Amino acid sequence: MSNSLPDSSGSNHLVDPAVAGMMEGEHTYESITEKLTSIVLRQDRHGLPWWIMIGIGFVLYNVLFSVILKLLFTGIGMFGNNEPVGWGWPIINFVWWIGIGHAGTLISAFLLLMRQNWRNAINRFAEAMTIFAVVCAGIYPLLHTGRPWCAYWLFPYPNILAMWPQWRSPLLWDVFAVSTYASVSVLFWFIGLIPDFASLRDRSENILAKKTFACLCLGWRGSAEHWRRYEVASLILAGISTPLVLSVHSIISFDFSVGIVPGWHTTISPPYFVAGAVYAGFAMVIMLAVPLRKWYHLEEYITQKHMDWMAKLMLTTGLIVFYGYLMELFYSYLSGDPYEIAMMHFRQFGPYGWAYWLLICCNGVTPQLLWIPRIRRSNSALFIISVVVSIGMWLERYVIVVVSLTRDYLPSSWGYFTNTMWDALMYLGTMGQFIFLFFMFVRVMPMINVFEMRELLHKFHHGHGAHTEDATHAVEAAE
Amino acid sequence: MAQVFSPVSNTIAKVAMLGLVVGPLSTLVVGSAITRSPYNTNVGTPLAQPVPFSHEHHAVELGIDCRYCHNYVEKSPNPGLPSTQICMSCHSQIWTDSPLIAPIRRSYRDNQPVVWNRLNWLPRFVYFPHDIHIARGISCNNCHGPIQHMMITYKAKAFWMSFCLNCHRQPSKFLAPRKDVWKLYRDVQRYGYKKQVGEPGEPDYRPGLTAREYALAQGEYWENQGKDLVVGEQLKRDYHIHSVQLTNCSVCHH
Repeated sequence: MSNSLPDSSGSNHLVDPAVAGMMEGEHTYESITEKLTSIVLRQDRHGLPWWIMIGIGFVLYNVLFSVILKLLFTGIGMFGNNEPVGWGWPIINFVWWIGIGHAGTLISAFLLLMRQNWRNAINRFAEAMTIFAVVCAGIYPLLHTGRPWCAYWLFPYPNILAMWPQWRSPLLWDVFAVSTYASVSVLFWFIGLIPDFASLRDRSENILAKKTFACLCLGWRGSAEHWRRYEVASLILAGISTPLVLSVHSIISFDFSVGIVPGWHTTISPPYFVAGAVYAGFAMVIMLAVPLRKWYHLEEYITQKHMDWMAKLMLTTGLIVFYGYLMELFYSYLSGDPYEIAMMHFRQFGPYGWAYWLLICCNGVTPQLLWIPRIRRSNSALFIISVVVSIGMWLERYVIVVVSLTRDYLPSSWGYFTNTMWDALMYLGTMGQFIFLFFMFVRVMPMINVFEMRELLHKFHHGHGAHTEDATHAVEAAE
Repeated sequence: MAQVFSPVSNTIAKVAMLGLVVGPLSTLVVGSAITRSPYNTNVGTPLAQPVPFSHEHHAVELGIDCRYCHNYVEKSPNPGLPSTQICMSCHSQIWTDSPLIAPIRRSYRDNQPVVWNRLNWLPRFVYFPHDIHIARGISCNNCHGPIQHMMITYKAKAFWMSFCLNCHRQPSKFLAPRKDVWKLYRDVQRYGYKKQVGEPGEPDYRPGLTAREYALAQGEYWENQGKDLVVGEQLKRDYHIHSVQLTNCSVCHH
């Protein structure tokens, strides 16, 4: 059977507005499965772009390994971290990466609870992005401890040292925030992959692939009982993940607020850190979605409407972040505290003024272009704006960390921060790691949720709208 | 479609899932057991020495004071290993031909120190002064076990940080009058392992080792109780010991 799907204009009265524009072109359940699983099962779906990205990722990943090897032998003195900036690029990059992950969790958990159908096409690769971003983030504090082989001391376990972790230390809060975040994200991602692994098991011809997917799908047979359990598990995990969207980056903002340093104490920090995280995350999702849909011809699944809505969310969170910047300014001058005012003045007009104004341009001004519908529908424009936003979000952390630490209360401890080559190489290296892991993921796992797309098609046919319990119907229809 | 796996895979899958839980847990348990075992700590393992020196013979049978050989133990962080000259102060007169102490005579002749094999090593970032511990009445045996009875010296306690912190967190349970450090060995010599009956002044009093001395002399773990604890608390006040200070990282790591 073949069905012509109505476009986003909604001219077909039978289509529920909740799903309109979420899929384009003509599809059957079979064609959706075929198209999405063939990316995993057939190497010829991966052309030159994939090889180029894997190549870049591989080279930079090795750069990361080399830097880590050097780090293990020389210690963190090779970074620019020094008095007065004990937190240099490692913490900036840590916060940057962990922030990026937040959009994935928001899409997969928050939008699931909100019954937003448009998450179906983008949640899988956004979750993968979250996990790989957390991996990149986790490396920094681990190595920044200086003796990463003793990092297990951070966990409370009965030991021969008679020591217990220092619960007043933000480093420990990070350990729990990030490890919870990583484990819940991986679990959620894996649970969502199980029905698709079963499809891959059924469709793969290579015996090794077949057995691997058979192991990964944990014996999934698609029975109604399986689907019921699946729905319960994913709702529970969504319920656990949703607060994590807010808590993880709030805790990271507390890392700053325990330091008695001007500029780290505004009460708006937690919400604006969270908004910034989601903002950077959506920028990264867009940066990944634009090339993916072009290279793998997925425009029918990740439609222009998806891009439009992601851009709108990016604009929304961007406005919250911009509001945060303005409030920081306002609070410093309102406080009347000479140190706060001096720091804010230094932030704008001191030697790091360039970073502050560039940050305002990148994060505050540029996204205003997204008010224009034509720009939201242009993929290249969206890609460029997302790159600019990512740079802006990095600069935000740079300004917060470096400016405050170089000018605290005592003029005797003022200083100027310069990074070293190794800081930059390690940052590039984690980017390489991210690219490599992400494109390996694209190669071996379905980057779009196959069964949820079939469920979406089912909703097109039957007009179930926001009915999310109907996954079983989609499977029955396919058989 | 043919089945990918045979029916036995169901069992394998279940065992594998169980293994995912049991595996990491048992790895942790085994790992911590190995860490704490003599295999790792060398506790109770005698080490070969150039001369088979017996503490039992010298300290108990002959009654030589600890400080005769470890002569800085009260005055310096380092207890001092006996120099060849100290050994020769007796052995130039007795057992002068014994082949067992030939390395000592050779050392004396060549003016080269004897290389003893050290048993108790602390990490280099740990500072342990002997003098202050002796001055506060911490017996040798608190850390070195039944040292006066060792035929060949072995390591009696694993010097984990928890071992140190156990005293530093509750000093009054270990403090004692300074004279008791040496009284222990005199009493062992005098009474053997006969326990004291009653208290001095009571009609059925018979002298012997106090409960504290008895435990320490055998290298057992001892915490002050009753009368000893009262003394310990009084000493803690007299010495102005604050356990908050004693557990400060920089007390031992500086």
